[in-house]
Amino acid sequence: MVCSLAVLASTSPCAARQAITFDSGKLILTNGVTTIEGSGGGGLATWATISGMGTGRAVGVSAHVTGLELPDFRLDTHGLAIGIHDRVELAYARQNFNTRQAGAALGLGRGFQFNQDIFSAKVRLAGDLVYGPALLPQISVGAEHKRGLDGGLVRAVGARQSVGTDFTLSATKLFLGASILASATVRFTKANQFGLLGFGGDKNARRSMQFEGSLGLMLSPRLLVGGEWRTRPDNLAFACESDAKDLFAAWAISRRVTLTAAYVDVGSVATFAHQRGGLLSLQLAH
Amino acid sequence: MPLLLSLLLAAAPLATLPEPQAAPVEETAPVDWDREFGVVRKERDPVTGEIPLDPYPQSDANAGAAPFKGETMARAFGGQAGIRKITDRALDFSLLDPRIEAIFAEHDMVRLRRTLFEQVCFILSAGCHYSGREMKVAHKSLGTTRADLNALVEHLQQAMREAGVPFPAQNRLLAKLAPMDRTITER
Repeated sequence: MVCSLAVLASTSPCAARQAITFDSGKLILTNGVTTIEGSGGGGLATWATISGMGTGRAVGVSAHVTGLELPDFRLDTHGLAIGIHDRVELAYARQNFNTRQAGAALGLGRGFQFNQDIFSAKVRLAGDLVYGPALLPQISVGAEHKRGLDGGLVRAVGARQSVGTDFTLSATKLFLGASILASATVRFTKANQFGLLGFGGDKNARRSMQFEGSLGLMLSPRLLVGGEWRTRPDNLAFACESDAKDLFAAWAISRRVTLTAAYVDVGSVATFAHQRGGLLSLQLAH
Repeated sequence: MPLLLSLLLAAAPLATLPEPQAAPVEETAPVDWDREFGVVRKERDPVTGEIPLDPYPQSDANAGAAPFKGETMARAFGGQAGIRKITDRALDFSLLDPRIEAIFAEHDMVRLRRTLFEQVCFILSAGCHYSGREMKVAHKSLGTTRADLNALVEHLQQAMREAGVPFPAQNRLLAKLAPMDRTITER
């Protein structure tokens, strides 16, 4: 009431504080980390969490950089996310996928890069990661709109489109009594290699339902270790695609800084088998 | 802020118009807000040091959670002495935290220290009865938020950590408290 009176007279700092409030009030690490697709989650698997440290009365923001080093490739991701009232998450991420020597072998040229922009939105429908009924998880739906920047090339290897949208439904809960974090997501997607090799293919052009799950053990309020599994479609005839999995440790160095290290196995990528390597991700959140 | 102040000051003469001779006194003396809002403060009980409450139904069920079975949890927290140290410490941290100190500053801390101890002691099966009010009633009109609750949880975690309570046991206690969020936060 006092604020609205002041607004009538002139613009006031009081009104500005009400419009956008940052409270950085989430419990440490309960904002999750950032997936390689820019949405809040684990490293590979999307969670139902909303990015940023803001609670239900505030706004939160986060930024991340991630590097995934594989024997024949390297994936770099960076992006920004906004969490509004712990209800809506809007995120942008850029993926740069470097083919290094494999690029030469595939006839693309050494160090050829596939690039992709990912715009995503997620809405929390019900439940809470930590609070509320012990068996009711936080449940969110999301959409990830991916825009590949190498259209001609991905169509040449058999993909139908270079642009596609994934839809996700996630349930995530921290089972405090057991110190366990569990998350399950179904994803409707036609992305090949997360979309880096386009969408749909000569083997299968349509969306399919895929699963991604995370299981983690909290060792301290700041340290979560666990593993993830993500099934993926196999749409392209020229190269088979397999499930991706990882073992991870996410460490909240401070309230606002989280470092994630993971051992990742993405299987076969563009005919190059046994792509196992290390992932390092830094997230800043407020 | 200066604008807000001038608005309030501009409104002040209007309010005191019927009694013009009282105005100069009010300008110099600090405002007695308790009198302005008709707040009646009860005297503290000379024995317990607590501010007496109107009678309410007492029951262990008011604690809002079923107690643990067995003695494992009570032992992990160092029995009643350990629990008292932890709940006192969590409240000490809260009184020093600028995010939430105001909630506690206006509270009967003598009573809160006793009832919070009893509640945790009862839930951990360390041999206490909870004599406090229901969670919903006890937190009525406090206007507490999720962020306030999270701040208190962090202080409780730090107190448990300092007392050497194993992390899984810390979480087992928090798991009993977490479902209460809707009855203790209002905004």
